[in-house]
Amino acid sequence: MAVPILKQGAYLIASVQSALTDADLLELRNALVEMVGRYRSRGVIVDVTAMDVMDSFASRTLRDIAHMIRLRGAETVIVGIQPEVAFTMVQLGLTLEGVATALDLEEGLAFLDRGAKKIGRDVGATG
Amino acid sequence: MRWELQSSAAGADKRHVREFPPLKDETSIPIQRDQDIVAARQKGRILAQRLGFSNSNLTLISTAISELARNILLYAKTGEMTLGILEDHGRDGLVVVARDSGPGIADIGRAMQVGYSTSGSLGLGLPGVKRLMDEFEIVSRAGRGTTVTATKWRR
Repeated sequence: MAVPILKQGAYLIASVQSALTDADLLELRNALVEMVGRYRSRGVIVDVTAMDVMDSFASRTLRDIAHMIRLRGAETVIVGIQPEVAFTMVQLGLTLEGVATALDLEEGLAFLDRGAKKIGRDVGATG
Repeated sequence: MRWELQSSAAGADKRHVREFPPLKDETSIPIQRDQDIVAARQKGRILAQRLGFSNSNLTLISTAISELARNILLYAKTGEMTLGILEDHGRDGLVVVARDSGPGIADIGRAMQVGYSTSGSLGLGLPGVKRLMDEFEIVSRAGRGTTVTATKWRR
C-alpha cells in the first residue's frame, strides 16, 4: 500500500507520502471504502500535503473517494492542498466540488469533530 | 510566434507546423505504464527547476506533463514524451512533446472543448494543458497518431 492509513479513534487518516501512480490512487480509494466499514469510522482525512501534482485523474479519484465514503455513511475531508497546487487546479477547472477541504490535519480533525457534535445534537433534539 | 491548431484535414501533408531547432538537454521518456506518467512529470520538474521557473510554474508544468502522458496511455496505449529546453531570441522555454502512433483524434475542435471526452474522463486534459502552458500545438492524423507540443517560457 503506497499510502499508510492510520486509525485514530472514530477516524481514518490517510497520509500521502510520495508521488502516486494512478494505480496507487485507486488502491487508496478501495482501501478507504472498505476500511470505513471494517473500523466503523465516522470520518476520513486524506492528507495531500506531500502531493506536488494534482492532475485531473488524482482530483477525480479524490472526489470519488469523498462521494463513496459519504455513501458508506462517513465524511471525508481533504487536507493540505498546497498553494501552487490549488493555483494549478483552478486553472485546470478542478474545483473538487462537493468535497470538504481543510488547511491541514489539525483543521481537518476539528472539521470532523464539529460534524460529530452536530450529529450528537441532532440525535439529542429528536429524542 | 504562435502555433496554430492543425486538424487532420487542414494539415494533411504538413506533419509539423514548425520545425524545432535542436532542444537543449533533451530527454525522452517512453510512456507504457502509469508509473511512466510519474517519471515524466518528475523529469519535467527537475528540468524546469534547472531553468529557474518559479514554484507555481513548476507545478503547472508537471501537471501539464501528467495530463499529456496520461492521454497517451488512455488513447494510444504507448508513446513517448520528449522534454527539452528551447532557446529563442534570448529567452528560454521548456518544451514538452507528447507523441504517439495511436488512432489519432477524429475531431480536434471537440477534443479541445472543456468537458468533451471519449474515455469517460473529466474532459479537462487538453484544454487544461493549453491553459497551463504558453504555447500549444496539436497535430493529429486518423490512424497515424497524435503529437502535442507545448511550451512554457521563463519570464
